[in-house]
Amino acid sequence: MSGFAKPLKIALGLIVIAGLIIVPMNFNRYGLFILSQWAVMSIAAMGLNLTLGYAGQVSLAQGAFVGIGAYAAAIMTTHGWPLPAAIVVAIALSFAVGWVLGYPALRVQHHYLAFVTLAFSTLAFLVFRNESWLTGGIYGISNIPRPHFFGIATNKPLPFYYVCLGSLAIVSIAVWWLIRSPWGRAFMALRENPLRAQSLGIDTRRYTLMAFAIGSALGGVAGALYAPLTQYIDPVPFNLSLSLDLLMMVIVGGAGFFLGPFLGAMIAVLLPEWLRFTEGYYLMIYAVAVMGLLIWSPTGILGILDRHMAERRTKAASALRAVAKSRLETAQ
Amino acid sequence: MSAVLEVTNIRKNFGGISAVDGVSFDVREGEILGLIGPNGCGKSTLFNCILGQLTPSGGEVKLDGKIVTGLRPAELNKLGVSRTFQLLQVFPKLSVRENLILAGQEHQGSMASRLVGRSDAGLTDTANQMIGFFKLDHLAAEPAGGLSYGQQKLLDAAMAFMGGPRLVLLDEPAGGVNPSMLTDLKERLVAINREKNATFVVIEHNMEFVMSLCSRVMVMAEGKVLAMGRSDEVRKNPAVIEAYLGH
Repeated sequence: MSGFAKPLKIALGLIVIAGLIIVPMNFNRYGLFILSQWAVMSIAAMGLNLTLGYAGQVSLAQGAFVGIGAYAAAIMTTHGWPLPAAIVVAIALSFAVGWVLGYPALRVQHHYLAFVTLAFSTLAFLVFRNESWLTGGIYGISNIPRPHFFGIATNKPLPFYYVCLGSLAIVSIAVWWLIRSPWGRAFMALRENPLRAQSLGIDTRRYTLMAFAIGSALGGVAGALYAPLTQYIDPVPFNLSLSLDLLMMVIVGGAGFFLGPFLGAMIAVLLPEWLRFTEGYYLMIYAVAVMGLLIWSPTGILGILDRHMAERRTKAASALRAVAKSRLETAQ
Repeated sequence: MSAVLEVTNIRKNFGGISAVDGVSFDVREGEILGLIGPNGCGKSTLFNCILGQLTPSGGEVKLDGKIVTGLRPAELNKLGVSRTFQLLQVFPKLSVRENLILAGQEHQGSMASRLVGRSDAGLTDTANQMIGFFKLDHLAAEPAGGLSYGQQKLLDAAMAFMGGPRLVLLDEPAGGVNPSMLTDLKERLVAINREKNATFVVIEHNMEFVMSLCSRVMVMAEGKVLAMGRSDEVRKNPAVIEAYLGH
């Protein structure tokens, strides 16, 4: 991405943000729901991108953390608590559970770790479904209220979309800060070469646990917004397929790229909608498109862009070297 | 001179094979100790036992008189013990400067302060100095993966010094480095040794490099210490010649 001039990047960013604020004003109820869902899934995918993309720890449990956040928010807000309080609890709860889930990662890696997190995902689903005294079981929790902010009700789709978008903005800034901080560098070191990281004083145990906990906490935030968005939750949306969807969003967008999750979530949430005109075929087309993309670029969409930029930089650098060399030869 | 590192009767068995078999030695403050021996004689395993990457099967490691056996590598690094690896271990996607900042950041403040504080952990100046010192100026912003092998070796060594270590264990720093760059590397190591009073242990096969750099040399063979002494003495030792130099 570094090939772009900075002012151009800023201008592009501002246009996208302005577009996300202004354009949806004309959207119908369904369009706003889809866009809100994109914002919520982007938050969850950003969390997984931290754990997987930056710190290199495979997790098939992100959907479970969305569930934990959603149930925390649903239970609290239907008992009269305000949503911000529920978000704080959702963060704390998923952070703590994510921290504990990080312990297996200290012993097992890669596909073994994937299986541990997969088992956790199933466990969480069973708790949501079977502990009906708390979660309402298969009947779920309905009439989840949407919040009031500064006296403004967000019952209507547009105001609640802005709640989701605002939350996405806050989370994005926090994640941007985190990945640029020494922590972000330590996460990358953990992913690239844990042995060398240790020898440089990086406490790989603590950073591994942190990567899980923070990534999970963002899953919790997404869940706490998902519950008031749909206003009804049951266990089904939080089963393994959500974890797999989120994993796909991260990989398709580009794991380890800041903008990857936004793009991945856009494709996962919006593309099936756009392909609806193909009726029965849309899932097939979607699946083939994803397969094609990953064969073409295993590092996702942003990986293509990154490669392109790297090639341009290499060309520019070798051109500079050639010029320097010819000058040297002329001088001799 | 007091001993920075005291290693007593360190052993490491892999199944029935004893890779390191009761090795004892001291490293004095400010010295550069060479560690030589044929391939597979246990040099790197000994390093890994000292540095906590492997748990020794027996024996004791003391740093400044305190027992540090069994501490994790990151903990030892915090106590001022640093290392390089036999095979290149730089972070290819990070720039040269970022590699150096990464190498020093865990020595700056607490974990919490590193989250809320500056993105470079206040290390840009130190990193730039190190870059200048190792003559990597023109490469500072380049991804480390794009450097030549020799340049990466220099970066790898530079990274080991970012935390301001008291003791540095270098595993074959000269391996695969061309002769002109080797002179550079040696000069840099000697300068750091004198100016920062850092103590080195150097595993190396390049005899000329070892003999000119190290004040004392320890020779290992089959997991044991074969000889230890001034480099010129060791060179003449018949057992050493037979086990190693003769080949």
